[in-house]
Amino acid sequence: MAAEGKTIDALSQFNLGTVLGPIGGSVNFSQSNLHMVIVAGLILALMTYGMRARALVPGRLQSVAESAYEFVMGLVTEQIGPEGRRFFPFVFTLFMFVLFGNMLGLFPYAFTFTSHIAVTLALALMVFVLITAVALTLHGRKFFGYFFPEGAPLWLAPIIVPVEIISYLSRPISLSIRLFANMVAGHVMLKVFATFVVMLGGLGAAGPFLSVLPLAINVALVGFEVLVAFLQAYVFAILTCIYLSDAVHLH
Amino acid sequence: MSKQDGFDKRLKDARTRQGLDRAADGQAGLPRGSWGLGFRAGVDIVSALVVGVVLGLLADRWLGTWPWLFLLFFVLGSAAGVLNVFRLFKPRASDRA
Repeated sequence: MAAEGKTIDALSQFNLGTVLGPIGGSVNFSQSNLHMVIVAGLILALMTYGMRARALVPGRLQSVAESAYEFVMGLVTEQIGPEGRRFFPFVFTLFMFVLFGNMLGLFPYAFTFTSHIAVTLALALMVFVLITAVALTLHGRKFFGYFFPEGAPLWLAPIIVPVEIISYLSRPISLSIRLFANMVAGHVMLKVFATFVVMLGGLGAAGPFLSVLPLAINVALVGFEVLVAFLQAYVFAILTCIYLSDAVHLH
Repeated sequence: MSKQDGFDKRLKDARTRQGLDRAADGQAGLPRGSWGLGFRAGVDIVSALVVGVVLGLLADRWLGTWPWLFLLFFVLGSAAGVLNVFRLFKPRASDRA
């Protein structure tokens, strides 16, 4: 693949198009949706096929499935406490969906659906609605005391309450922007340095030697991106747990 | 079930004493790298500011008071951003089991 027109086109990788021919086109089934379906299938396959053996000494796939389960279980119980176990299915689904989405996006020709703010914001809003609903059902009207800390002077309420409300409303925004920005930044950098490889490679005799440099950077970047893909899924899950913990304990 | 829960708790306590489990403090478990922390702080400020500005613009459009509510909510959003960053470093008050 050549760098067409000698320009760096780092953003076209995020363009959406429809897949599956006319059927997909008629319902706007984009490659983003396709990758979400693939991710869901992969997770299902890992959990059902991996746990099929139910061996006491787990095989490779069963180990992956079990360690994913235990990882999220540890996260949930450590952050929320024992009563947080009822949120385990939610956090586990969220974590695996984001993790597999990030990881799948690193494969060549794959699409990273977590690089779209529409997707991450939808996930974050889901978390936001859940934490609000949990806090309201568990604490009823006391939930609104969350916006005004006990012991603060009453005349400060007109300042504190709006600030606290805005801070609360900013949770889904920061949750979604963090994931989205990390994925976009990583993929843009990969694309930019990959374009450097091609452009430098066309510089005559010295070109191939020069293009080794961005290639080496890209190799390092891919490793870094694997780390970021995991870390961002982890951060998304742990922040969900922290918010759920706030909703359950309502300090 | 309660028996098992008690065992879990004792085991956890024992593991914490032995240093196998980290005691939960603050936003425990979140990556503490300087880059990650800086990025988190930036995102927290920007997102609060975005919420404030959007709320202000919507309220202005609704009440036709441009630009006063926008200015007010801009300030409130900045304050909320600072509050977010403060929360980032403040240990969490909630006491977990």
